[in-house]
Amino acid sequence: MIELDDVSKTFTLHNQGGAVIPVMERAGLRVARGECVALTGKSGAGKSTLMRMIYGNYLAASGRIVVGDVDVAAATPREILDLRRHTLGYVSQFLRVVPRVPTLDVVAEPLLALGHGRAEALERAGTLLTRLNIPERLWQLSPTTFSGGEQQRVNIARGFAHDYPALLLDEPTASLDAMNRETVLCLVEEAKVGGAAIVGIFHDESARARVCDREIDVSGFTPGLT
Amino acid sequence: MTPLLQVRGITKYYGARLGCRDVAFDLYPGEVMGIVGESGSGKSTLLGCLAGQLEPDAGEVLFDTRADGPRDTLAMSEPERRMLSRTDWAFVHQHARDGLRMGVSAGGNVGERLMAVGARHYGDIRSQATDWLGRVEIPDDRIDDRPTAFSGGMQQRLQIARNLVTGPRLVFMDEPTGGLDVSVQARLLDLLRGLVREMGLSAIIVTHDLAVVRLLADRLMVMKDGHVVESGLTDQVLDDPQHGYTQLLVSSVLQV
Amino acid sequence: MSDYNFAYLDEQTKRMIRRAILKGLAVPGYQVPFASREMPMPYGWGTGGVQVSAATLTPEDRFKVIDQGADDTTNAVSIRKFFERTAGVEVTEETEAATIIQTRHRIPEAPLSEDQILVYQVPIPEPLRFLEPRETETRKMHSLEEYGLMHVKLYEDISQHGAIATAYAYPVKVEGRYVMDPSPIPKFDNPKLADCPAIQLFGAGREQRIYALPPYSDVVSLDFEDHPFEASKADHPCDLCGARDSYLDEVITDDRGGRMFVCSDTDYCRTRQAQGHLGAQLAAKQEGAA
Repeated sequence: MIELDDVSKTFTLHNQGGAVIPVMERAGLRVARGECVALTGKSGAGKSTLMRMIYGNYLAASGRIVVGDVDVAAATPREILDLRRHTLGYVSQFLRVVPRVPTLDVVAEPLLALGHGRAEALERAGTLLTRLNIPERLWQLSPTTFSGGEQQRVNIARGFAHDYPALLLDEPTASLDAMNRETVLCLVEEAKVGGAAIVGIFHDESARARVCDREIDVSGFTPGLT
Repeated sequence: MTPLLQVRGITKYYGARLGCRDVAFDLYPGEVMGIVGESGSGKSTLLGCLAGQLEPDAGEVLFDTRADGPRDTLAMSEPERRMLSRTDWAFVHQHARDGLRMGVSAGGNVGERLMAVGARHYGDIRSQATDWLGRVEIPDDRIDDRPTAFSGGMQQRLQIARNLVTGPRLVFMDEPTGGLDVSVQARLLDLLRGLVREMGLSAIIVTHDLAVVRLLADRLMVMKDGHVVESGLTDQVLDDPQHGYTQLLVSSVLQV
Repeated sequence: MSDYNFAYLDEQTKRMIRRAILKGLAVPGYQVPFASREMPMPYGWGTGGVQVSAATLTPEDRFKVIDQGADDTTNAVSIRKFFERTAGVEVTEETEAATIIQTRHRIPEAPLSEDQILVYQVPIPEPLRFLEPRETETRKMHSLEEYGLMHVKLYEDISQHGAIATAYAYPVKVEGRYVMDPSPIPKFDNPKLADCPAIQLFGAGREQRIYALPPYSDVVSLDFEDHPFEASKADHPCDLCGARDSYLDEVITDDRGGRMFVCSDTDYCRTRQAQGHLGAQLAAKQEGAA
C-alpha cells in the first residue's frame, strides 16, 4: 500500500549562502495492508521528515513514494489532494484549524469533504470524541482553547474519522494518560484489522511493541550517520 | 475532468513597467488557489486580468461555461463577460465599500444580483436575501439597515452574501480578510471555508497573509516582481519552500 | 414680427436639435446627447423643452404650455409669450386645439391625437442616476441592458414603505429595451405614455439630452409580480368639476384646515365646468350665492 524506493531529500537554504543540506538518502520502505510499521531512530534522524514526504508535505528530491496508485513524489497537487481526501490520513502532532470552529465540526470535516451527509458525519465525530473522552460540553467549543492533551485527542479523532486505507501517525500517544492511550492503541488496532497500512512514530516503546509489526530505523537513511 | 479555469501566458505591462508575466495554471472545480506575494508583486494585477477587470497584453483565460464549455473570456464580448460576472463569477473586494452599494439596504444589496438576472418577485427576492443574511450570520432584523450601519466584519460578510446569492462557480477574492480584526478574520475564514465546501466553489484568493492561505487554499502560487516563483500544494510550499523568496517570506512571518 | 429668427434659435441649431429628435424617435427611450444652447431663461425653467419646441414649431402651429397641468402659472405664461413673440405662432389653452404642447410634470387629461406633439421638460433624464453617479457606468448599463439596479430602487421602496413609494418620475421600459425617466409626471400619468397617438419628445437642457417616444410606443412601468404598478391619485372627485378620472391637486383654502381637491389640468376642469359638470364645493358656493 505504501512503497518508498530510493527516496532522498535535501534542503537548500537560499538565504544562507545557498547551503545544501542533505537529510535523507536511499530511503526505502514497504507497508502492506493491515500492517503497521514503526519509524525509529534518535531525534533528528529524519522520522518526521520521512513521514511528511509520504504525506506530500515535503518535496522529495528523488525516488518514488507510492501510496495506493499515486506516486506522491511525482503527483500534481490535485492528485495529492485527492489522495489525502480519500486514501491517506495523517495525525500530526499539531492541530491546525480555523479558530472558532466547533470541535465536532473539526472532527467531522474529513467526512464532509468526502461528501458524507452532515448528520452522519457529526454522529461519527461524536462517537470518536466520546471514545477519546472529550466531554460533550466541549464539542461546540473551538479546540484552539483546549489543553495540549485534548488537542492531541481531537487530532486523533479527526485522523480516524474516515477509514483511510493508509495512515500516518506522528506520536499519537504522546501526552496521553493511560486510559486515552489505550483508546488510541485500540483505534490503531481496529484500523489494522480494517486493512489500513500504517506508518507510525512512537516514542512509547510498549505501544510500539503492541501495535507495530516491524520497525525501520531511519538512521540508515541519514547521510553522514552510517 | 475539465478544469473550471485554464490560465495561459497571462502578461500585463503598465507602459514599460511589468505587472505580471507569463502566468499559467489550471483550476479545477472545488479547488481554492491562493496567490501570495508582497505589494507590487503583481498578484492584484493578475487577479484583475483573470476577473476581466484589466485587459492583459497577452494570454488566455479559458472558463468552462455552462452552455458552451471552455471559452476564452478575454475574447468574449463585454456583455457576455459582464453576464458571467453577475452569474457564474463573484468578486469579493478587500474593502467592502468597493463591493457594496452603501446607500442601499442589506436586503437590496443581496437582492441586486437576483434582480440583475431577472428576478421580479419581491417576496421571493426578500426571502432569498433573508436566507443569505442568515448564512453569513447577519441577524435578519438588520435586513433593512444600510451597510453604513454595519461593522467592518459584517460589511464583509454582507459582501460575500451579495456575491454568492446567484450561486456562482468561481469566486475571486482580493485580501478578503485584510483590515479586519483577528477575531473577525477567524469567523470570516470559517464562513468562507464552509461555503466553499457546501457550494463546491472554486476560488482564487489574493492575499499577503500566509495564515489565511494555509487555512483556505488547497494550492498556492508565490509571486515576486510579476513572476510566479513557486507553486504547489499550500502546506508543501509553506513547510518546504523551494525558492529563496518563498523561504524568506515564510521565515519572516512572526510566530505567536 | 420681431427681429428674432423664427422661434428664437438659428436655423443651424434647430437642425442640430431636429437631428437629435429624429435619432431619439428612431431609438425610442435612448438619450441622445445634443449641444444645448443658452436660452434667455434659467436652467430648471424648461430650457430643454423650449429648445425642442423651437426646433419643432412651424408658423402654422398652435402652441400650448402647461406647468403642472395649468396654463396660467408664471412659467407657462412666460414660455407661451416667448414663442408668441419669437415665432409669432398662435397660442391656445385648449388641449384639443393645440398642435404642440409643451409640458412640465403632467400629461393632459384629454386624449391626444396623431396631429399633436407633446414636449416634456426634463430636469434629470437619467433614471439610474440616483443609484449610480458615474455617467460612464450608466451608459454602459443602458447599452448592455443591465437594469437590475432599477428594481433595487423599487425593492428599497417596498422594504421601507411597504409599497412602491415612488409617486412621480416613475421609471418605464420602452419597447422592451431602454429604461427611461418619463420626467417628473405623477405615476398616474404613466399609462398615458403607452400607445399614445401623439409624438412625445423629452428635452433636458442642463443635462443636454433629448429622447423620444414615437406614436403608439410600448411603454411599461417597472414593477414586481407581487407588487404590481398602480396609477394612483387622490381618492376624491374634483371639487370644481366633479371629475373622478383626473389627477387632482390638493389646495389649502384657509388657516383652519379647509382644503379642496381640484383638477391639476386646468383646461380639462374648465371644459367640464362649461359642459355643466359641477363639483361639490362649486355647487355649494353657487347655492350660497343664489
